[in-house]
Amino acid sequence: MPGYPTIAFKSARCNGCGECMTACALAKTGSPSAARSRIQITLGAAQGEFELAICRQCGDPRCVDNCPAGALSKNAATGVIDWDDGKCIDCLLCTVGCTYGGIVLDSQAQRVAKCDMCGGNPACVAACAPGALKYLTTARIYNEVGDLEDLFVPGLAGCQGCNTELLMRHSLRRIGPDTVVAAPPGCVPGMGAVGYNGLTGTKVPVFHPLLTNTASMLSGIKRQYKRRGREITALALAGDGGASDVGFQSLSGAAERGEEMLFLVIDNEGYMNTGMQRSSCTPYGAWTTTTPVGRESMGKTQDAKNMPLLMVAHRCAYVATASTAFMEDFYAKLDKALQASKHGFAYLHVYSPCTTGWRFPAQKNIEVARKAVETNFVTLWEFTPQTGLRLTHPVDDPLPLAEYLQVLGKYRHLAPEQVEHIERHVAENVTFIKRQAAVAAPLS
Amino acid sequence: MPDCSHETHYLIAGASHAALAALHAIRLVDGDRPLTVIAKDDSLPYSPTVLPYVVSGRSDPDTVLLRDDKYFADHNVCYLRGRHVTSLSTAEHAATLSDGIRVRFEKLLLATGARPAVPPIPGLAESTYHALRTLEDARRLRERLPTTRHAVVIGGGLIGMHAAENLRKGGAQVTVIEMQPHVLPAYFDADAAARIERAFATAGVEIRTGARVERIIPGAPDSILELIDGTRVTADLLLVGTGVIPVTDYLDGSGIATDHGILVDDVMRTNDPSVWAAGDVARARDFFGSAPVLNGILPDAVEQGRIAGMAMAGDPAVRPYRGAVPLNTFGFFGNHAIAVGSNLAPPGADVMLRADPAGNCYLKIVLNQGRLHGIFGINVSFDAGVMWELIARRVELGPLRTRFLEQPQETARTLMSRLWR
Repeated sequence: MPGYPTIAFKSARCNGCGECMTACALAKTGSPSAARSRIQITLGAAQGEFELAICRQCGDPRCVDNCPAGALSKNAATGVIDWDDGKCIDCLLCTVGCTYGGIVLDSQAQRVAKCDMCGGNPACVAACAPGALKYLTTARIYNEVGDLEDLFVPGLAGCQGCNTELLMRHSLRRIGPDTVVAAPPGCVPGMGAVGYNGLTGTKVPVFHPLLTNTASMLSGIKRQYKRRGREITALALAGDGGASDVGFQSLSGAAERGEEMLFLVIDNEGYMNTGMQRSSCTPYGAWTTTTPVGRESMGKTQDAKNMPLLMVAHRCAYVATASTAFMEDFYAKLDKALQASKHGFAYLHVYSPCTTGWRFPAQKNIEVARKAVETNFVTLWEFTPQTGLRLTHPVDDPLPLAEYLQVLGKYRHLAPEQVEHIERHVAENVTFIKRQAAVAAPLS
Repeated sequence: MPDCSHETHYLIAGASHAALAALHAIRLVDGDRPLTVIAKDDSLPYSPTVLPYVVSGRSDPDTVLLRDDKYFADHNVCYLRGRHVTSLSTAEHAATLSDGIRVRFEKLLLATGARPAVPPIPGLAESTYHALRTLEDARRLRERLPTTRHAVVIGGGLIGMHAAENLRKGGAQVTVIEMQPHVLPAYFDADAAARIERAFATAGVEIRTGARVERIIPGAPDSILELIDGTRVTADLLLVGTGVIPVTDYLDGSGIATDHGILVDDVMRTNDPSVWAAGDVARARDFFGSAPVLNGILPDAVEQGRIAGMAMAGDPAVRPYRGAVPLNTFGFFGNHAIAVGSNLAPPGADVMLRADPAGNCYLKIVLNQGRLHGIFGINVSFDAGVMWELIARRVELGPLRTRFLEQPQETARTLMSRLWR
């Protein structure tokens, strides 16, 4: 079964204005009567809270099962539960099957009514000024990428809850089989990407350079293929340590020369596969085994190096940051990076939380990644020399930073002044990025 | 594919809502093992609920089918139509069909539904009468409709009332004869039923409650019904809608435990570990009482069928049946009535009644120990599915109790929103 777009509701953003209901009623009945809207906002249990009743377009819909007349069906192409008014006998048994208040009697029309997603352009979403309603089309990724071949072997041995595997598999599927992968020491080869006992962990050529020479080896390979007249993508899957510490010299050189490659950095803020040592991308205050917490030390005492901004200073053909909690954004950037790597150096920096090294429950990885973005701890943007820097997911109303820090064991020890330091640093960072974005040339 | 008409893994006897829900649940987790469905009618699946609309002409008998051949082909299902199970050997895991074929199975679902109960009225057997349980019944009634002058419906339950409305809409004079003091006794109290009866009377349907047919004098075209009060009613069309009884006769000697229905546990399994039952044929846990009940309603057939299918396929997500909650929806002459939960208020329960003087709208809410026990409305909107959940999950209304009584639909959605997360 394919994935489908959905109307998402963020209760915290809803102010109960009711514009969505007016817009729906107008679109569907021609009258502004909120009672006839297919989307209903109701009061929450607490003062000022709001809840939503709307058809969820269920994957396994009980309303359809309950229909004795065959008037309801799940549309395989659109995902919408279609209602056939000619077949409907107005028995209301569908409403017995729905626990969401998603299919109800329109007492004026004396017929049931339900959301049909307005054919992909929902009137309610367009009318929602506070942004509580969103039309999400992320399922498109699943549909498109699901058909592409997974170019990693099954059974990579990542830690429980690690989303680096997700990132690797998604990326290589999209980039395709005409690829040579360089995987310097780190979690990527650590979980088996380069293989064991003479067998590789990928279905494309892969090699295991040193931490120091990844970008220079990949430069040579790409040039040799080019000389032979073969079009390949030279792809590095590196960790933040390999990119920002001893690997930086060769990376900087390749970027300066404009080598045609895609350098993808999975930033988990340290050397996690070798026992969680700090790297220059480890943030201030974080516990690692080399920035321990005790009487003498309270975690790392320096701020993280901002690698992607350093790459902007190289005037690479394309530089972007991304997060595994925002895959649509990541995919858009992956496509652009891939294009840029055909004529220059493309650098993609993905913030990827580490369940083991950051010490948080395995099931919370995507939540942590999302909170990093929503608190502005990290920012999502892209850069080209022509267009400058552009924020792709600006967060104007960030969550309190504490919501992010509190989830992570590596920050459990933080003293108030350390939290203040981090808050200051985050604010500085955001201001700096916004300034860069403000002076950027308008998109051509 | 092996010959699925002789050897199968999943055998489903029946092809209506419970059977289809079970089939779907099985195929969600097991796409491969052979699955065979035995349909009594020589037809694709349909719902008995739609039949009154076929009679009136509102529904086309060719478009009310719930699945097509492609569905069964796509789901790797062997659909055997026009036959039924005549006997069952649990020891040999084999069912004998009406065409003499023996089908061996690993797991069997009995979803054989119910057939019309025929009351022991002298003269009835000798008269021409209709029932309304199969598509064929509906087609026959529909053919008779243009020449019908006066139809009499025996039984004022859901089937009878639905049929009465649709016969009336088809142009006939209609009389409904109900033994109980009011119609729809299974779902509504006297007060609510009186409003429904009024709507029928306004539309020209004669409702005679507390009435009983003493005997029938057969005749053509007119039969004469003698009622217990001595009055006589003439009918050129007689429809029996006095309820249904589970179809279990083929289980004689099989060892499957029955008692006015097939007895099942909370995953719809019978006393035989390889045999399940669901839908109108099954007697399962009651939500409000201790004795098992028949809950012959469509949504519960779906619920039971799904649970049985999941249990048969070994789906680890199966959750036990929560118990039968009486519920139904009933549309009549442009009005709509909804009943969810028990009409019988236990001692100490709070009953809230709101009805407009004109008699068009009616709402009754029964609360017991701070929880919803039943809600009944005529021309009042609330989400039946949400109310069912609130009852089945025994949700405490807590501080929202007053708000619930004032605005049941909105407040139920508020309560339900918390449970979704």
